[in-house]
Amino acid sequence: MSNDKSSSIIKPTSKDVTFIIKRSNGPGFSSYWEEFQIPYYPNMNVVGALMEIQKNPVNGKGEQTTPVTWECNCLEEVCGACTMIINGKARQACSALVDKLTQPIRLAPLTKFPLVKDLVVDRRVMFDNLRKVKAWIKIDGTYDMGPGPKIPPQVQEYTYELSKCMTCGTCAESCPNVNEKSKFIGPAAIAQVDLVNSHPTGALMKEERLEALMGEGGIAECGNAQNCAKACPKGIPLTRSIARVNRQTSVYGIRSWLNR
Amino acid sequence: MAEKIIIVGGGLAGLMAAIKIAESGAKVDLFSMVPCKRSHSVCAQGGINAAVNTKGEGDSTWEHFDDTIYGGDFLANQTPVRSMIEAAPKIIDLMDRMGVTFNRTPEGFIDVRRLGGAKYSRTVFAGATTGQQLIYALDDQVRRYEDEGLVSRYEEWEFISIVQDDEERCRGIVVQDLKSLEVKVFPADAVILATGGLGMIFGRSTNSTINTGFAQSSVYQQGAIYANGEFIQIHPSAIPGRDKLRLMSESIRGDGGRVWVYKDGKPWYFLEEWYPAYGNMVPRDIATRAIFKVCVDMKLGVDKENKVYLDISHLDPQDIKRKLSGVVDIYEKFVGVDPRKVPMQTFPAVHYSMGGLWVDYNQMTNISGLFAAGECEYQYHGANRLGGNSLVAAMYAGMVAGPKALEYAKGLPRSSAELSSTLFETARRKEEEKTEEIFNRQGKENPYQLHQELGEWMLENVTVVRYNDRLWATDEKILELQERFHKIGVGNSPKCGNQIVPFTRRLWGMLSLSRVITLGALHRNESRGAHYKPEYPERDDENWLKTTKAEYTPDGPRFSYEPVEMSFIKPRQRRYDVAKEVTMQNVK
Ligand SMILES: Cc1cc2nc3c(=O)[nH]c(=O)nc-3n(C[C@H](O)[C@H](O)[C@H](O)COP(=O)(O)OP(=O)(O)OC[C@H]3O[C@@H](n4cnc5c(N)ncnc54)[C@H](O)[C@@H]3O)c2cc1C
Repeated sequence: MSNDKSSSIIKPTSKDVTFIIKRSNGPGFSSYWEEFQIPYYPNMNVVGALMEIQKNPVNGKGEQTTPVTWECNCLEEVCGACTMIINGKARQACSALVDKLTQPIRLAPLTKFPLVKDLVVDRRVMFDNLRKVKAWIKIDGTYDMGPGPKIPPQVQEYTYELSKCMTCGTCAESCPNVNEKSKFIGPAAIAQVDLVNSHPTGALMKEERLEALMGEGGIAECGNAQNCAKACPKGIPLTRSIARVNRQTSVYGIRSWLNR
Repeated sequence: MAEKIIIVGGGLAGLMAAIKIAESGAKVDLFSMVPCKRSHSVCAQGGINAAVNTKGEGDSTWEHFDDTIYGGDFLANQTPVRSMIEAAPKIIDLMDRMGVTFNRTPEGFIDVRRLGGAKYSRTVFAGATTGQQLIYALDDQVRRYEDEGLVSRYEEWEFISIVQDDEERCRGIVVQDLKSLEVKVFPADAVILATGGLGMIFGRSTNSTINTGFAQSSVYQQGAIYANGEFIQIHPSAIPGRDKLRLMSESIRGDGGRVWVYKDGKPWYFLEEWYPAYGNMVPRDIATRAIFKVCVDMKLGVDKENKVYLDISHLDPQDIKRKLSGVVDIYEKFVGVDPRKVPMQTFPAVHYSMGGLWVDYNQMTNISGLFAAGECEYQYHGANRLGGNSLVAAMYAGMVAGPKALEYAKGLPRSSAELSSTLFETARRKEEEKTEEIFNRQGKENPYQLHQELGEWMLENVTVVRYNDRLWATDEKILELQERFHKIGVGNSPKCGNQIVPFTRRLWGMLSLSRVITLGALHRNESRGAHYKPEYPERDDENWLKTTKAEYTPDGPRFSYEPVEMSFIKPRQRRYDVAKEVTMQNVK
């Protein structure tokens, strides 16, 4: 892979963009920062820069290095894969345009999930949480049973917002209460409970979901920092969902206490 | 005997198949190289077609069926298409019951919009992110079955090849954990591939980066027939980007967007002028060729480039917000211009593969026990796909493949669990050795650079307009790239989390499949649907109304052809300047 160009030291030109990337071979390995100079092109985004490194893995000192490991897929901010910390803020690398970032651009992996390698973390816990709160609508079967219940457009407009959650982990990253010491489930799963509970059929299983949010790591551990809604790249009204679900759990709590 | 079915792929097709099987109580192992929720299906914007006729326009499943066959230039076998179209309204009901947040009419019914190649509003949608909403709903249902112990998920595992027994039946798969790079084997009584599209073969496209077609290519190299590979859809509207060509959905035109360029200093709405019957709503192959003509032949593209205006600045901002915000956001985010105020600039981009693994009406490939569903197979779109038909085809195919795979497994004289473990261990070891061999490569070539070269050639020569000499030269180029492939160096990144080694493997898959596409195009001397040759500008039913079938040989693909099944509709001339009814008058 040694490329003729790479043997001579590459001098940064004004048209180069400097990236400083936090790297690590995974858990148990130490991490370090490595600098890269990437030739600028118009409308360049962070993913584009990482692709250039793949094609020519040479660092800022002109040394051959290993290509940076990162995740991406849709490149249009709907799959959530390429989430990382860019200049201190968790966001998707595909929609992070170089022109709008101050340089040098610093890339680091999310900190609230186990590190896999370089910029890749393991966000499996987010999917497990969806299972924990039973974020599905229990249908009788896939046989032809006619349409579902009618939904007023106003309700659809609200639930549609919630249904855009791409489990990217930005909200968890921004939440002070999601950390190593707490078991807090985080904002995303709570909003999904709001989504499913808002559906007439989904509401039939409402209590089971609320129950799941009432124990350890549940909704009570939200500290109301309100960072999540600001951080969400899809503008999902997470704090509103948390408030709505919180009310539902209170009502449910009181009712089940009365019925004891 | 408890059957075990493996599904590879957690997009709409794979998830639907998983639900169908789990629902009947059988067990499924579900593999996906990305978490299912991040599958390419999330990208679908415009919506999903079903003749629900809720606008009183007189739509019917027959009209939808006829539009699909006609839109596909008569290359699709008609029986499966008809069954899919008839199932479509029921699929919408099902997704509705699963809680998909479809847009609603004021009364609370499901709303519909128009997409290309149809005169009726039959596209059901959830804003401009329909695929995302559909896949999330299916993923939720699968999670429920996971909770019930019927589905085991293996996410971030990559399928490498199938295991075949002495009778060449498919008996399981070899996979690699993309985190540890460990190679493992999983036996199964039947395998369903639902591995999506192959846009990456063209370097950049509207597809996600995992859409390399590797899985299809791999089983093709193991003996599965690949059909109609030369039919690649070029979408008329995308925004350029060095990393990706981002789609600007057809729904923009469906909801009133207009395409134009300046001519003699004035906006010229060329689609409306050339195709008065359909206007901006002509199918994609037609719109793309028109744009090509305007930009390349007439040199009227915006800034003299291959770009045209896609204009929504005249639409009601409230309507844009309700129906199009997803796409408008993408444009604003990546281009930095507000399409509500300034017309967008878009250009055609590789979008979809009509071709794919050959399957029978039960979705089974020519390899017993290996099924395929979704964009990775060829069955539902003929020579050109209508917007909104792919989501329904993917889910419908999953609905067929699941139960049929189970039925096949139940009929097996011996289950895979009863076979000798050596069969599986041998298959595993073979792939492990191949992986080791890639790790040891320390040549001069960079796989990502080779990929870029492949993409440039394919894009330049095997897309909108095809010439035989250039197709020939492209195949020569692919052969050269295959040579250079053997001189790849993968560096010395440690095994864990290594991405270059799996990518190198995928690159070989892309190279093999690109020959099928290129040579398939070279041989087909006619123009039909998305396949257009100026040297042979007409459709030639006498010689070419047939399905292309490619079989792998070490010396390259071997082609044979199969007649198209036309039980319902006779071929007729396809034109969009007049209403469809006019084209029906002269049919024998
Ligand atoms: C931008 C865009 C917009 C679109 N909009 C529409 C639309 O509005 N309407 C419409 O009808 N169609 C649309 N389409 C087409 C449609 O989205 C796809 O054809 C459809 O979603 C494909 O579904 P699928 O289940 O076949 O594959 P995918 O959703 O691509 O899923 C493939 C799955 O296979 C897995 N996989 C692949 N290879 C391997 C492997 N080797 N090992 C393990 N797992 C593997 C992946 O992880 C993934 O889970 C659009 C396409 C694009 C690109």
